[in-house]
Amino acid sequence: MTTFAALGDPTRLSLVRRLGRGSRLNVSQLTSGMGVSRQAVTKHLAVLHEAGIVSRTEAGRQTVYELRGEQLAEASEFLARISAGWDRALERLRAHVEEG
Amino acid sequence: MSERPSQHEGTQSVVRTVVLHAPVERVWRALTDHREFGAWFKARIDQPFEVGRTQTGGMLEPGFEYYLWSSTVVTMEAPHRFSFRWPHPRDPHARSYEGEPTTLVTFELEPVPEGTRLTITESGFEAIDEERRAASMRENAQGWEIQAQRIAAYLGA
Repeated sequence: MTTFAALGDPTRLSLVRRLGRGSRLNVSQLTSGMGVSRQAVTKHLAVLHEAGIVSRTEAGRQTVYELRGEQLAEASEFLARISAGWDRALERLRAHVEEG
Repeated sequence: MSERPSQHEGTQSVVRTVVLHAPVERVWRALTDHREFGAWFKARIDQPFEVGRTQTGGMLEPGFEYYLWSSTVVTMEAPHRFSFRWPHPRDPHARSYEGEPTTLVTFELEPVPEGTRLTITESGFEAIDEERRAASMRENAQGWEIQAQRIAAYLGA
């Protein structure tokens, strides 16, 4: 699954937000207050892991999840660049229709 | 922003809105006449925009001339909504972008007292994987480098 596809789910997006403040959290911590089952959270975390968005490390009997910032930064830089491209094109369109 | 029901796909999208000092009909023509579109977008588009049809051609923007133009028109609802799909190729130097993942580009026009409010939405980035993003970033860096060289040459001459 691509980064964008993995982020295209409200539960996964909330998980990413929770991990966003540099937090290292286990499944129980990530499940609390989420409104979905622990099993569902585990599944979503597997998707995020597969897409390279989170890393997981075994800490004793616990699995701890952490955000891989570089992957998200790269994805958001890509969208920012697409945005900037449209801004340049829109300025050319403006000149085209306002002077024409 | 307009409250019209969205026809965009997925959750990852880029949205830009501008107000243009020109009537909706003028903006509509600039968007849907392939020659006019090519003039401001800096592309050579060889076939007219028609729903269900694919257009081919090439980019004319300095630094990106090796990019192909490729689009397939999805919607043409004069003078309010125009959309096409275009590819994000893994290798922009390829001779054809067929089979490459595409995003949907939608132009929505709305009359306002000053002229036209235009909203551009590019959506469907779910289809774009890391490898394609990386390729696109490299190409972009290259494009900017060429632009910078030209400016430097111009200023230094």
